[in-house]
Amino acid sequence: MSTTTSFGRMETEFRAKRDAGRKLLVPYITGGLDGWQQAIRAAAAAGADAVEIGLPFSDPVMDGPVIQEASQRALDAGVNINTIFDEARQLEVDIPLAVMCYYNTIHHAGHRRFAHLLVEAGIAAAIVPDLPLEESRPWCESADSEGIETIMLAAPTAPDERLPRIAARARGFVYSVGLLGVTGERQSLAASATSLAARLKAVTDVPVLVGVGVSNAAQAREAVAVADGVIQGASVVRRLMDNGPDAVGDYVAEVRAAINV
Amino acid sequence: MSIMAEPSAEGRFGEFGGRFVPETLVPACQELEAAFREAWSDDSFRAELDGLLRSYAGRPSIITECHNVGADLGLRLLLKREDLNHTGSHKINNVLGQALLAGRMGKTRLVAETGAGQHGVATATAAALLGMSCKVYMGAVDVERQALNVFRMRLLGSEVEAVHSGSRTLKDAVNEAMRDWVANVSDSHYCLGSVMGPHPYPWMVREFHRVVGLEANAQCRALLDGGVPDVVTACVGGGSNAAGIFSGFVDTTARLVGVEPAGGAAVGRGVPGVVHGMRSYLMQDEYGQVQEAESISAGLDYPGVGPEHSYLSSIGRAEYPSVTDAEVIAAFQLLARREGIIPALESAHALAWVMRAAPQLRGQVVLMCLSGRGDKDVNQMMEILGG
Repeated sequence: MSTTTSFGRMETEFRAKRDAGRKLLVPYITGGLDGWQQAIRAAAAAGADAVEIGLPFSDPVMDGPVIQEASQRALDAGVNINTIFDEARQLEVDIPLAVMCYYNTIHHAGHRRFAHLLVEAGIAAAIVPDLPLEESRPWCESADSEGIETIMLAAPTAPDERLPRIAARARGFVYSVGLLGVTGERQSLAASATSLAARLKAVTDVPVLVGVGVSNAAQAREAVAVADGVIQGASVVRRLMDNGPDAVGDYVAEVRAAINV
Repeated sequence: MSIMAEPSAEGRFGEFGGRFVPETLVPACQELEAAFREAWSDDSFRAELDGLLRSYAGRPSIITECHNVGADLGLRLLLKREDLNHTGSHKINNVLGQALLAGRMGKTRLVAETGAGQHGVATATAAALLGMSCKVYMGAVDVERQALNVFRMRLLGSEVEAVHSGSRTLKDAVNEAMRDWVANVSDSHYCLGSVMGPHPYPWMVREFHRVVGLEANAQCRALLDGGVPDVVTACVGGGSNAAGIFSGFVDTTARLVGVEPAGGAAVGRGVPGVVHGMRSYLMQDEYGQVQEAESISAGLDYPGVGPEHSYLSSIGRAEYPSVTDAEVIAAFQLLARREGIIPALESAHALAWVMRAAPQLRGQVVLMCLSGRGDKDVNQMMEILGG
């Protein structure tokens, strides 16, 4: 199968939008959190190009305090992948959806079965932050065969030779990790956010989006000076927990305006 | 080749192990693996570590035969006295190795997780000795029940941070230590306290504890006219003291028994899963959420287990029964009253199994790793038993 001519839904849309000059915006919302469906609809209406749905996990090692708390709240409310996928099916938004989930969720369900569950839920892509390139094959093969796009992460610590290999395995987009650290809001955008995005852009044609530590509209604007887009996690989830779904829509609109040039 | 040899290039023991870490940590794990490989084959590194183990930690640790308990139970009971090491447990073996290695790699800061506090105290000790800064993460529940060890770590110059997320015990302390490592990977070494985590930790930590098995094998041969014990037993949380002592007997006829707490029986009740960088048996619910372990012993309060133990279980070379808190309390008291030795609650798990299995072990020689001393548990036991 040729990999250059058969992009999945997310990558097809992202490439077309990028090539038309649009910067891409992907908010992250914890699945099952109070108001999460309305928040996704609000984000879609306010100019998000896709939404990343976090599947709550007991041991989220890549997440800082805000997303940890959101995960714990959702778990305490009794959500699981069945309830989240059922609710995801009812979203009816016209942008592609991805899940962000820790690998044990997939491993426990079974690779092929999990990929199939995503297809049934109308989800296009998956981000698995604790599944590095060397361990990714069993999942990626199942995902490929079900048409699920696996978004690979690249970190500032990666040596140059590693980046093309990560990009070659990435579907949808490459997730350029903005800093050394876990998800959460920071005072300023780390220098590594733009430098890694630039290194990735130099080796791949796959869209490059910066996430982790992109904390507000101004930082998003700074990041897209180099990157094709941004992922907004803790800043979105905090607004959903503190102020509800409408605040998510307002915030996404604000970031959208800031990155439209 | 030994059954406990090097794992595969991917860090697998059979189908267990691996390196399931965020991308940020992949280069750090690769760098650590290369540095360990190089140091472990370097005579000068080995000599430096051996020197510290002898003149600082107090190795070799002795073997004590428990004549009273042996008579009570109708068997010969030998204790490998890791409780007599500096800082009071086997943990110092691994920590001195990792701290020396970290210095060799140019790292100036150690990060560690701790359950009961034994690994935290050992890491704080090595950091003080070698002039490194140190931060220890400890579940808030454990901070409370092991207050003495918290103070001890602070005395030694380490920062101790109580972890309030999740179950607020050992597994959450591991999560927080990993988050710290992700953020500070350039100057910090994660001094992981057991034979768990991503490759190369399970292998490296077992190698640093191999000294326990090597010594015990030679000591037993001297005591037993060239023979080996019928049974070698140790407690298992992550499984580091068990891995150390098993490594000395895995290629002999000795039966190997790792004893888990009933509330944290990863091998006994878990199914394969992936957390903390490794694929291993893991207690989890129907959706793969990691379950909270519940044990009287903070050091064994862990829902997973080192991947090599999962492997040894899967090939039938070692067995992993579990014991209840009540059995552990009885064992703790028995060793104190009959032998004048107060064991760590962790180590008392192994003795609890020996007591239960005694009718089937009649006349046999049982070597048990007494992984730590019980000073840290005296307060907790006073509450349970009454002053």
